[in-house]
Order: sequence, then C-alpha cells, then structure tokens
Amino acid sequence: MMTPALAGQSTPGGLLLALAVLLPFAGVLAGLAPGGRHAQRVAWVTVALGIGIVLEIAARLLVSGDSLRYALGGWAPPLGVMLRADGLSVCMMLVVAVVVGAVAVYANGDFGTPSGTREARAPLAFWLLLLAVWGALNLVFVSGDIFTLYVALELLTFAGVPLVSLDGRAETLQAALRYLLYALIGSMLYLLGVFLLYGAYGTLDIALLAGKIGPGPLAWTAVALMSAGMLAKTALFPLHLWLPPAHAGAPAAASALLSALVIKGSWFVVVRLWLDVFGGMVGGSVAQLLAGLGAMAILFGNVVALRQARLKLLIAYSTVAQIGYLFLLFPLVAHDEGARAVTGGLLQAISHASAKAAMFLAAGLIYSTLGHDRLADLRGAARALPMTLTAFALAGATLIGLPPSGGFLAKWLLMSAALASGQWWWALTMLLGGLLTSVYVFMVVVRAMEPAAPGWSPKKPVPRYQQLAVLGLATCSFLLGLAVLLPVDMAQIGRTVTTQAGMP
Amino acid sequence: MNVTQLFGITAAALVGLGVYGLIVNPQPLRKVLAFNLIGNGVFLACAVIAHRGAAAGMSGDPVPQALLITAIVVSFAASALAVGLMLRRFAQTGTNSLAAPDEAAPGEARTHAEAR
Repeated sequence: MMTPALAGQSTPGGLLLALAVLLPFAGVLAGLAPGGRHAQRVAWVTVALGIGIVLEIAARLLVSGDSLRYALGGWAPPLGVMLRADGLSVCMMLVVAVVVGAVAVYANGDFGTPSGTREARAPLAFWLLLLAVWGALNLVFVSGDIFTLYVALELLTFAGVPLVSLDGRAETLQAALRYLLYALIGSMLYLLGVFLLYGAYGTLDIALLAGKIGPGPLAWTAVALMSAGMLAKTALFPLHLWLPPAHAGAPAAASALLSALVIKGSWFVVVRLWLDVFGGMVGGSVAQLLAGLGAMAILFGNVVALRQARLKLLIAYSTVAQIGYLFLLFPLVAHDEGARAVTGGLLQAISHASAKAAMFLAAGLIYSTLGHDRLADLRGAARALPMTLTAFALAGATLIGLPPSGGFLAKWLLMSAALASGQWWWALTMLLGGLLTSVYVFMVVVRAMEPAAPGWSPKKPVPRYQQLAVLGLATCSFLLGLAVLLPVDMAQIGRTVTTQAGMP
Repeated sequence: MNVTQLFGITAAALVGLGVYGLIVNPQPLRKVLAFNLIGNGVFLACAVIAHRGAAAGMSGDPVPQALLITAIVVSFAASALAVGLMLRRFAQTGTNSLAAPDEAAPGEARTHAEAR
C-alpha cells in the first residue's frame, strides 16, 4: 500500500486518512461536472466507498492499538503537515459515516431529481453539500495542526450555510446569513489565535505545540480567542441565537446534518485545543466557566424547547440544550477520572449525533404526512407512521438518558466523573436537564398517539425505506450504551501517545 | 517606535474597529465589511509575525506568508458567499436588514429580532 519514501513518519494505513478526506471532495467535483441526477448517483457511490474507508481506518486503529499518522508528501512536522487519527477522531469518523449513510438513504425520497427535469437546484446542491460536509468533518477529525483545522472549519461553514437555505425562502436566507456571520467572526478569532501561537512558538503542529506551550499572557490570549471563536460556531449559550432558525428552517435531511454533525466539528476543535494543545495549562476556574455556560445551555435550551409551538423548533432548542452536555467534560478531565470524562463526553457527542439526526428526520416525515408540524395538532401521526414515532421515542430516550441508550452511558460516565472529583453540581445539572428533556419528549409522543380526526388521511404517503432509515439510526443511538461491553475503550487508543509525542 | 510595533498597533486598531462595526451595525453589508476589516487586521498581525521571524536571523519566514495567502482566499470566498446570500434575500424581500421583523416562524422570529 505505502511507498517506501512515504513510510518515514507515516504509519501503515496512514494514506487512508488522506483518502477519507479526498474521496468526498473528489465526489463533489465528479458530481458537479455531469450535474443533474448523476450527482445523486455519484454521491451514492462516494458514500458507499467512504463508509468502507472509515471502517478500514477503524480496523487498523484497533489492530495496531496506536494512532494512525500520515505525513503529507513525506514532509514531517514542523515543516510538513501531518494527519493524525487517534481514538477520538476515529470514533467521530465512524458516527459521521453512519449518520451520512442514513441521511443519504432518507434524502433519496426528498431530494430525488423529479422525472421530466434534467436538473433541479435543491437536489443537486444537497447531494454535493452532503459530500462536502462529510469531507470537511473528516478533515477536522484527522487534522494534526491548528491551521489545517482552520481550513477544515471554513470548509465546514461553507458547506453548512447553503444547506440552511436550500429552499431559497427569504427567512431561511436570513437564517443562513446570520449563521454565516457568527461563523465568520468565530473563525477570524480562531485564526488570530493560530497566528499568535505561531509567532510565539514557531510551529503549528498540535503535538509539537503541546510540548512547547506554557502558561503566559500570550498563550492565555490565544486560548481565549480560539475558544470564543469555536463557541460561536458551536452555538454554546449565549452564542446560540443563530442556531434555532437555521436548523429549524432547513429541510429535514439538511437539519439532520447541521444539528447532528456540523456543530460537532467546532466542538471537536475545542476538545483538541483544551486536551491536546493546551492540555497542561487549562483547568480550574476557566474550565468551570466553560462548563457553567454548558449548564446554562442545558437549562435554558430545555426550558425554551418546552415553550415551542412547532416540532422542528422544539428539536432545534433541544440541540441548544444538548450542546451544553458536551462542555461539561472540561472541568472533569483534570482529575483522576479524566479518561472516563473524555469517553463520556465523546459518547455524548456520538449519541446526540445519531439521536438528533433520527429526530429531525422523523420530524420531516411527520411534517410531510400531516402537512404541518404544529405541536398542538400532531394527532394521527402515530397511526400513520408507527415506525417513525417509535424512532422518535427511542431517540428521545437517548437524549433523556434512559438505559441502555448511548445517552445513558455518556451521562453515567460524566456523572460518576463529576461525583468522583467532588463536583456534584454538574451531576445535579445533568439530572435536571434529563428531567426537562423527558417532559418535551413525552409531550410530543403523547400528542402524536392521539387518534386522528375521523375521515383524515395522510397528505403524502411516506416510503417505507425512509421510515426504516430513521428507525435504524434511532436504534443505533438507543443501543449505543451496550458499548460498555466492548473489550477495548476505543476512544482512548493513541491518546497518551499523541500527547507525549511532542515531549523531547 | 519601530516598524514592527507600528504595524502591530495598526493591526490591533483594525481588529478593534471591525469588532465594533460588526456588533453595532444592523446592516448585513456593513457587518461583512466589518468582518473584512477584522480580517485585514488579523492578516497584518500575521505579516508582522513573518517580519519578526525575519529579524531572528533568517532572511524571511515563508510559513506565515503561505498561511496568509490561504487565509485571504478563504475570507474572500466567505465574503462572496455572504454577498450572494444578501443579493438573493434583497431580490425576494427588497430589504436587507437583519433587524427587520421577519415571519420566519410565529413567535420565534420576533424573539430573535428583540434579542438582536
């Protein structure tokens, strides 16, 4: 597989990391050139191949028990660019591949090019942007240096913003514009941090930086700038204003991508920065502040979700709340139970990704069956779409944290890490958040269970495969808690090696 | 004051002006211009870093310049995307203010306009 010249710094199979990034973008170009319904076929082939590549990467990681590395062009850092995939990266790549696959199956129904027309704008854009989001996310996960992360984030923004306004209505254009402005200021702040770090330490490589960096005014400024920028992109409270209209206004398949995957990209960058780059210096009160914002997000997002009148907005506000959980891991990692907190946070990201994608897709099916998504009038939905409602309930159970869901295991790990380190207030927030989540999930399910009005018939028949895709995704998230039975903690593979690589 | 300090202070001033403009102006076009102002400040800071690297004995640090050209291209693309969205929106509604009352969703858009 590898040519000897490249083997210097790269591990066997490292080329797969480059392929995981290149393949989706090659798919974008190959789909754009012929256009029309060919784009959909190209997207399908690319998704199938891409899932194969990600599975192969995961297998290599498990077999070697160490992170995969690939030095682009054979140039080693500090001059070259290194791609790295540790356990965290590979776990995220796996869940992204699963969600992208499910969304692609679902979107076959919503974004097929209508027969009779050669090319329609929204389907063409959707299939190309689906691949672009995937490629950008894979680049975020395998980036070994902070400038490549910047480029990956910008690619992610450019793929995500048009997804918001696929239908071209004025209000979705406004939501897309607001999202873009938040994302742009975020990436500029991040970029300033990158330049400051380069100016001070002369390298961009994460492993090398981790060995050189030390507490000081410049490093603190860089932490503040980069973290603030990423929080704006992740929509952590109070920077969440752009998220609900953007995620609720997009078509269901696009909402699923945005809410489940795109925000995880910038969250992953925060994790990389705080654990790997600034690993030794952040902690204490700064981490408490970050988790405090997360706790506010959990309470605020859940309460506002309860007050929504429309299903998609409810799910979007639930995303605002669930983002909060992702930031609770930061004050917990500095303690003895740190590894458990990292696994818990990662598991929360994974289970939220699969559950929220299933929820948005289910909401899309309910919308097309009822012709609306007003919460007050959901009756008949369960009778018409039994599988979809089951999926919604399973995904809701994951968000609440009922066993054996992934959400349960994630919150269990985070809570036990919080209690073991004496920070009981985070455990309390998680319990309260779960309670509030259960209220709105049950509200939706109970209303949808009511029998339909006599003489009512579905507005539009829903294909069975769309329902199956949603149910499959929800089942994945619900059974993710069984990951505790796995013999190895995949998230921790290559972690210690990565942080020690920069030490002299 | 030497050249490095002068450019450093200019960069800081540009970023400050840009952040101010981005926060206070409700017009998206002005926000995009403010974003470009921030961008120019950040790029100038990067150029100062390249200059400092040169002062350390090398005849010029090429890495920041490579970063710089990438970042300029990216921010140009971002501005183009923002202007494209604004043009589409203006063609549909005849207005281009983010603060304008919008009926994105009953209740939701209003709380948003207030929050801005």
